[in-house]
Amino acid sequence: MSMSRDEVRKALIDSILAVAPEADFSQLRPDRPVRGQLDIDSFDFLTILEHLHEKIGVDVPESDYGKMMTLDGSVDYLMRRLARP
Amino acid sequence: MPSLGADMEDGSFIEWHAEPGQSVARGQAICVVETQKGAVEVEIWEAGVLAKLIASPGQKIPVGQVMALVATAGEDWKAIAAAVPPPPAVTGSGAPPPPSGRVKVSPAARRRAEELGVDLAAVQPSGAHGAISIADVELAAAAKKPPDRQAGMRDAIAAAMSRSKREIPHYYLASEINVERAMAWLEKHNAAVPIGERVLFAALQLKAVACALRETPELNGFYQGGAFRPGTGMHLGVAVSLRGGGLVAPALHDVDKQSLADLMTGLKDLLRRARSGQVRSSEMADPTITVTNLGDLGVDTVFGVIYPPQVALVGIGRSTVKPWVTDGAIVPARIVQATLSADHRVSDGMRGARFLVELDRLFQQPESLA
Repeated sequence: MSMSRDEVRKALIDSILAVAPEADFSQLRPDRPVRGQLDIDSFDFLTILEHLHEKIGVDVPESDYGKMMTLDGSVDYLMRRLARP
Repeated sequence: MPSLGADMEDGSFIEWHAEPGQSVARGQAICVVETQKGAVEVEIWEAGVLAKLIASPGQKIPVGQVMALVATAGEDWKAIAAAVPPPPAVTGSGAPPPPSGRVKVSPAARRRAEELGVDLAAVQPSGAHGAISIADVELAAAAKKPPDRQAGMRDAIAAAMSRSKREIPHYYLASEINVERAMAWLEKHNAAVPIGERVLFAALQLKAVACALRETPELNGFYQGGAFRPGTGMHLGVAVSLRGGGLVAPALHDVDKQSLADLMTGLKDLLRRARSGQVRSSEMADPTITVTNLGDLGVDTVFGVIYPPQVALVGIGRSTVKPWVTDGAIVPARIVQATLSADHRVSDGMRGARFLVELDRLFQQPESLA
């Protein structure tokens, strides 16, 4: 499956909105940690990754959680994973 | 109407999920009630056949008041249903409704009902001859408006915590626990399973707390009527913070007897339902102790306030990497602060300390918690 950066970003945002429907992405700093800005706890984070896995087929292992801190960083990481599954 | 927490005085009835003549099993969710802590599915505590439904939607019912009649084994539900007079009118001044035919409504009241979106069939008339007035329509509209859940929840938390601080002589203990082995063990497990079967550290913490309580049963139960009553199982109240503020602490039942995988499934289900306001009555009423895990919020230590009538609360902070001395060598290890708030009317620091020591011991043998 080949996805554009925008499509990946949208899949990520939709996954976040599924657990934090009140999130306002126009106010979000894409270069700052997402979890602190949106009060996402470890359960929410796991739920987001489950949604993401369903949408784009990428299973993010725990050892890569550190690469999913910011919105921009997460999209970079997911693009790399999609390019080299 | 069951009491779904120490602070509950009444509940607003929402809807029935069962009908007269239907067989019901103990523990079956048969109706939904709105409380200050959100909507709760009420489970029936007796098996039998529903004879008569007495509560109706929109009604405010005090704790202890009859909501339905149940025929138990050997009883004829139809006879029971027939023997009972019809329930009294719920709202309005008690004037009898018009005997039959169409409802009398003044044109002004009809207009007002349209403006407010009120169904005239649901309005209780109070005027002479059973006519619906503007005031009746406005009363019905006010009753229809959902209660302010935010304010209601803050009131409920304030009432329970004020009572706790007034009545419970708390003592507090804290221990640093090395969780390096436990977390490494969990990471190894999680790396080997699909994402849907990953287990959160929070689930392992709950299992460890429940198993440690076997050593100190006096921390698990209720203080009521001047005496301690031990819990019938390790029903851990899980403190869940809600988006937009407030928190609830519904129970996970018999945590010590569940496998870690089952516990994680139960925890996910509970968190999901708690955050969407769909907890069950037994989950609200049953917690025998509460566990709060503020680790995700980035604090090291949480000194909890006991939720009455419970007698203890366990807090676990975030894990941080610290230098730790093992066998004379300094090694980096992930450490958490575990705290215990407990009721001095029931236990002493010696016993509380024993709980924390046992908790530490269990974290060093994560395989035993699987």
